[in-house]
Amino acid sequence: MSRVLVYIEHEDGLVTETSLQALNLAAAVGEVEAVSVGAPGVSGWQIEHPALSDYAPAAIAESLAQLVGAELPAAVMAAGTERGNEVMAHLAALLDLPLAANVTRIAPSGEDWKLTRVRWGGSLLEECTLTAFVKLATVALHSVEAAPFGSAEARTFTPDLTDAHTVTRVTERVTLSEGITLTTAPVVVSGGRGVGSPDGFAVLEELAGLIGGAVGCSRVVTNSGWRPHSDQVGQTGTRVAPNLYIACGISGAIQHWVGMMASKNVLAINTDAEAPMVTKADYAVIGDLHPILNAIVAEVKRRKGV
Amino acid sequence: MKTLVCIKRVPAPGARINLTPDEKAIDARHLSFTVSPHEECAVEEAIRLKEKHGGTVTVMTLGPSDAEEQLRYAMSVGADEAVLLSTDGSDWDPQATAAALTTRITEVENAGAFDLILFGNESADSGGYQVGIRVAHALGRPVISGIKGLEVGDGTVTARRETGSGFEIYRMPLPAVVAVKEGINLPRYPTLPGRLKAKKAELSSAPASAAPGGLTMDRLFTPPEQKSVTNILGRGPEAAPAVVDLLEELGLM
Repeated sequence: MSRVLVYIEHEDGLVTETSLQALNLAAAVGEVEAVSVGAPGVSGWQIEHPALSDYAPAAIAESLAQLVGAELPAAVMAAGTERGNEVMAHLAALLDLPLAANVTRIAPSGEDWKLTRVRWGGSLLEECTLTAFVKLATVALHSVEAAPFGSAEARTFTPDLTDAHTVTRVTERVTLSEGITLTTAPVVVSGGRGVGSPDGFAVLEELAGLIGGAVGCSRVVTNSGWRPHSDQVGQTGTRVAPNLYIACGISGAIQHWVGMMASKNVLAINTDAEAPMVTKADYAVIGDLHPILNAIVAEVKRRKGV
Repeated sequence: MKTLVCIKRVPAPGARINLTPDEKAIDARHLSFTVSPHEECAVEEAIRLKEKHGGTVTVMTLGPSDAEEQLRYAMSVGADEAVLLSTDGSDWDPQATAAALTTRITEVENAGAFDLILFGNESADSGGYQVGIRVAHALGRPVISGIKGLEVGDGTVTARRETGSGFEIYRMPLPAVVAVKEGINLPRYPTLPGRLKAKKAELSSAPASAAPGGLTMDRLFTPPEQKSVTNILGRGPEAAPAVVDLLEELGLM
C-alpha cells in the first residue's frame, strides 16, 4: 500500500480535530504516517530543529520537502486550515508540484487521483484530476469525520535548515481573549442585518455569556462596521462547526451558509419564515429577534437560578 | 514605495451560480463581476501605503479581456498602472497562473523592482490558496499569507495574522510578498473623477502563456441540498421555553 505523509497540527499536546479529519481521509488512500513539529509523542515522524521553535511556514515546508526526498511517499496531505494550506503551498512551490486545496474525496485511478474539491467556499464542488509523482492535497475542514488516532513508532527527522528558511516566522504573539473562541465554542450566537445596530448585539453577548458561547456575525455586519471582522462567519471570515448555531436576523446568503453549514444543529430566529436560513435550519423561531432573545435570556436565567 | 497588487475577476459573491451545459464553467451570461473580496482589500491596502509613504501602485491580472473592467476599477480608487495578462477565459490551474504572473512581473520589474507584492489570500471562486506563495518562491522573496494588518517602515514589513484568541506578528525584509484577507481594511468606493480618469487610462496588455500544471478540472457541480424539514419552535417571545428546552437537550445549559 502506498505511503501517505500527513502534516498534523496540535494544541496542548493533542492533535487538532481538523488534523484528525485529514488523517481519516488520508487513511482511505494509503498507509498514513503522521508528521508533526514541536509535540513529541503525537505523531510517527517528529521534525526537530532549533529553527522550528515557533511557526515558520517556509522552514516547515523545507523540512517536509527534505523528508519527501528521503522517504519518497506517494502523497503528502494536511488539513485545509490557514496553516495547513500555507505550509502545503510552500511545499508545492519548493517541489514544483501541483497542490489540490480543500479536497473532500479521493479516488485513486491508475497513477492519478480523481478528486472532489471545494470551490466558492463550498457552494460549488469541482471534480478534478491530480497528476503528480508525489500528490499534494489539503482536506476541506469538516468534510469528513475525525478518525481516532493511534500513535505509531516514533521517528525523528532532523532537517538541514539555514537562516534563509526562517526569514518568515512568528516574532511576537498577542493574546486578546482567553478561553472560548469562535472556532472552539460549543454554541455560536450570530447576528446579521436584522440586529439593526452595534448596540443591538448586547443581548447576543448576554446569551452567549450565559451558555458558554461565542458571538459571531454576517458579512453585512462587519462591512457596516458594527463588529470586528474577527467575528465574521462565512466564506471570507471564519468557518465554525459548533453543536448549535443560533442565527439571529441572518437571511442565509450562500457565502454565510458555507461558513456555518458544518454546525450540528442550526436555530434560526428571523421575521421572515421564507428566508433561506429559516428553510435550511433544523429549528426556527419566527419573529423580531430582540424580544425573542430577551425572553430566552430571562428563561435561561430563571432555570439556572441566576 | 512601489507596490504591485495581483487581482482576479470573479462573479460577485452571493450571486446564484449556474453552470454551462458541459459543466466545465459557470454560466456568466447573467452575472455581474467584481474583484475577488480579499484582493479588493489588497488594492485598498496598497493605496493606503501609497498615501502614507508615497510611490506607485500597479495592478496586474491574468484573465479574459473583460478583466480590464476590474483593472479600471482598481485605477478608479487610486492604482496608477494596470497590466493585463490576457487568456481565452478558460480555467488556469495555480501552477500555470503563478508561472505566467512571475514571467510578467520580472518583465515589468525591468523598469524598477516592487518593494511589496500583494495578493488576496485565496480567490473567491477557485480557492487554490497558493498562487502568491508560488510567485514568491519563483522570485526568491519571503512571503506570508492570511494577513489582516500591515505596516511598512525601515525596509521591513510587519504583518499581523489573527488566531482564535489574538494575533501573531511576522516581520520580513523588503522586497516581500504578502497575501491579505478581507477585514484588513474597509475598501473605499470610487469617486466620479476617479472613474473618469480610470476610463481613459492606458492599460498594458499582453497574451499570457505558460505550460499547464498537474491539476486538471473535469467537471463542476452544485452540492446536493441536504436539509429537509425545519422544526418551527414558535412565534415571538412565547417560543423562549421551547428554545431553552432545546439548549437543555443539547447539553448547553
